[in-house]
Amino acid sequence: MMFATAMLSSQTAAVTADVALTGTGEWVANGFFYAMAVVAIVAALRMVTTKNVVHAALYLLVVLSAVAGTYIILGAEFAAATQILVYLGAIMVLLLFGVMLTRAKIGHESELDYQQRWLGALVAAGMLAVMSYSLWEAFGTDKLPVDQTPQRTQEVSDSIFSTYIVPFEALSVLLLAALIGAVVVARRD
Amino acid sequence: MFLNQFLFLAAALFCIGIYGVLVRKNGVLVLMSIELILNAVNINLVAFGAYRGDIGGQVFALFVIAVAAAEVGVGLAIVLLIYRNRRSIDVAEANLLKG
Repeated sequence: MMFATAMLSSQTAAVTADVALTGTGEWVANGFFYAMAVVAIVAALRMVTTKNVVHAALYLLVVLSAVAGTYIILGAEFAAATQILVYLGAIMVLLLFGVMLTRAKIGHESELDYQQRWLGALVAAGMLAVMSYSLWEAFGTDKLPVDQTPQRTQEVSDSIFSTYIVPFEALSVLLLAALIGAVVVARRD
Repeated sequence: MFLNQFLFLAAALFCIGIYGVLVRKNGVLVLMSIELILNAVNINLVAFGAYRGDIGGQVFALFVIAVAAAEVGVGLAIVLLIYRNRRSIDVAEANLLKG
């Protein structure tokens, strides 16, 4: 709490100093963000409630695109580009292959959900309530920096190949292991 | 822009993903819900990176994307194996270890 209030006071000082700079730009960014947020949440809700497996995959596509849009608002262009290439390009194709190879029925299916849906909804709603409360307690009305410049791809690569070189190498080994593991598990013999 | 508007969006997507994991029976749909959860975490990482002016948030979001790619590959291999052995990807029927 102490930490949060201290942050809040320093932030409000910064905000009053920068209030002249925030003009139409912030309104545009806010409007874009709320459009993306509404699209993401509606599509996510449709994804977990639809009765059609392929429709669920396509709704997931919409959610992932909207999330890429929020990365752009946050100035993380390389993450947005990677999101589109890896998630929308590769992972969606994999998931659709999964739908195809498991011969899921295309069209309406009544057997996609458990009967006790309300229990899952209760858990999710409870988690959302706890998370919302704690987020509001911790960050309140903290603002993002106003003079935000996009984080350039050069900075990202400099950071990956100097500060984060060990996690990067570990990730390379993990990807190799996952590749071999997937082949071994799925091989027909 | 408030930091919290991004965090609340991430929390909402995370909880919708939790609902999907708990409620869906189809193994592929469970994997899709897990992707939703990973994306919610990524929004948090990128938002905090922008909040603190730290490039690390974006770097770790990229790491999470790579790990998600590995995860979905192995996950789909397992789902395919279950389908081949049981003729069904209903996760409720994958109960061979039940005592």
